[in-house]
Amino acid sequence: MTQAPALEITDLRKTYSNGTEALKGVSLTVQPGDFFALLGPNGAGKSTLIGILSSLVNASGGTAKIFGVSIHEQRSQAMHLIGLVPQEINFNQFEKPFDICVNAAGFYGIPRAEAMRRAEKYLKELRLWDKAQHPARSLSGGMKRRLMIARAMMNEPKLLILDEPTAGVDIEIRRSMWQFVTGINKAGTTVILTTHYLEEAEQLCRNIAIIDHGSIVENTGMKQLLSKLDVETFVLDTSELPAALSDVDGIELRRVDDHTLEAEMARGHDLNSLFAMLSDKGIMVTSMRNKANRLEELFVRLVENGSKQENAA
Amino acid sequence: MSHTFTHNLVALKTIVRREIMRIVRIWSQTLIPPAITASLYFIIFGTVIGSHLHNVHGYPYMTYLVPGLVMMQIITNSYGNITSSFFGAKFQRFVEEMLVSPTPSWVILSGYIIGAMVRGLTLGVIVLLISTAFTSLHVEHPLITLTTAMLTSMVFALAGFVNAVFAKKFDDIAIVPSFVLTPLTYLGGVFYSIDQLGEPWHTISLANPILYMVNAFRYGMLGVSDIHIGVAYAVMAFFAVTLGGFGLFLLHRGIGMRS
Ligand SMILES: Nc1ncnc2c1ncn2[C@@H]1O[C@H](COP(=O)(O)OP(=O)(O)O)[C@@H](O)[C@H]1O
Ligand SMILES: [Mg+2]
Repeated sequence: MTQAPALEITDLRKTYSNGTEALKGVSLTVQPGDFFALLGPNGAGKSTLIGILSSLVNASGGTAKIFGVSIHEQRSQAMHLIGLVPQEINFNQFEKPFDICVNAAGFYGIPRAEAMRRAEKYLKELRLWDKAQHPARSLSGGMKRRLMIARAMMNEPKLLILDEPTAGVDIEIRRSMWQFVTGINKAGTTVILTTHYLEEAEQLCRNIAIIDHGSIVENTGMKQLLSKLDVETFVLDTSELPAALSDVDGIELRRVDDHTLEAEMARGHDLNSLFAMLSDKGIMVTSMRNKANRLEELFVRLVENGSKQENAA
Repeated sequence: MSHTFTHNLVALKTIVRREIMRIVRIWSQTLIPPAITASLYFIIFGTVIGSHLHNVHGYPYMTYLVPGLVMMQIITNSYGNITSSFFGAKFQRFVEEMLVSPTPSWVILSGYIIGAMVRGLTLGVIVLLISTAFTSLHVEHPLITLTTAMLTSMVFALAGFVNAVFAKKFDDIAIVPSFVLTPLTYLGGVFYSIDQLGEPWHTISLANPILYMVNAFRYGMLGVSDIHIGVAYAVMAFFAVTLGGFGLFLLHRGIGMRS
């Protein structure tokens, strides 16, 4: 028996009452067990899409199924399958993290004794146990994010959706959050993450969709996506560089500092001319590596292409 | 079916418990001020002024006043509890915790209504207890007293809920109590019998729904009323059903909550 997709959305549309067309017919499939990134700039429609899935936003058209369960026809059943970590803080700041988690479980019909057991488990796993009995408003920004993850885990969802969970969270806390989310993904929970933080998607996710202006501009495996990249940037560590360097044919040069040079070129471009120019000037290259912002380049390219097409249309 | 039933029951208990915890947590705002207000009314109207007044429907003014003041607190507190609690949940956005869950709208609404009724009826009991310091306690028809108190509390909890759904800022939940609820309550037979009014005020008063509730409650406690008790129940039932249906509709459609 083949399992239904964790998420299957077809031609999803949303026009807000003020006329903003936030989703222009989005179709997307996420397989069970996947770690999926929905990447896009601010205003692309990510939160709108998540809002429809979690029933906070009414779709203007289209369908969505969670593990084969329609969010419109069998809402209650579908909601049992989802855990949501929203973009904006949305818990009662006057309550304690422990009560927030226990109450959240109650909304899923989980008996109180079990809810208390789970609250302890997830608050501990997210390193919030020592804050469990403090008013939530006294938590730091990173703690508040983690509290929303713990709360989303209370119904032990099959699909966990995180809407830009690391916005404004420092790197240390970000790492521990990812450790937790990667862990539950390994244990079988499907994870969908929206972000405009590009490295995050690249490091964590297996599959990715890129959304811009309410349309999916790319939907593929992370590896395939990266291999499509037709431009690469190398970082060269060098001996002392002159103040100015002119570009070599087909290679764009950027002087980062006295000893670092970036060279951007089409994939497979001949590097000899670059090295010839450098040795002419008596510059020695001591090491060279690929720059790790490939996704960012790709993203800019895709979005640029998308808007060119849109303008042409 | 029974699975769904137990789920809904857990969700309902969760909301009611949270509402009660809220009332207890901020008891100095929820329980004390209404008790002080009621005590002042007893002292001023009952003792100081009332001692110069004639009996009303055969009762000393102080005794006649008790059901009115109990109802006044039930009305204001049922309404006030749900407006501040539900608007607060919208304002801080934690209403979304419930909206994204499988909990059906009627369970959410019931939870908030029960919470508001707990506050309203608790205040009713507190005022009754305070009144025993001034006059002896009369309850002629316990069942009528209880059902009227509960229905009234429910009606005003529902009305407060509708107010909270439409409210966009804190001012919006203060306007109705100041400009509608308080005048209607004061003119709704809390302090006097409308038999004491001349025309057209007697007839105009009959348009005030609060009059029916206060009189039904007074009938329950003292056995006297300006209004036929059956009419009073019909009025309360009408408002309970209409506002209940409207509240459910608003919540179901997510008016002011879903976009
Ligand atoms: N409640 C709303 N009413 C009107 N427009 C909205 C609303 N929410 C979002 N939008 C608009 O819809 C578009 C998509 O927004 P959003 O889904 O929040 O994007 P993202 O999460 O990708 O940043 C934006 O143009 C935004 O201004
Ligand atoms: Mg967003």
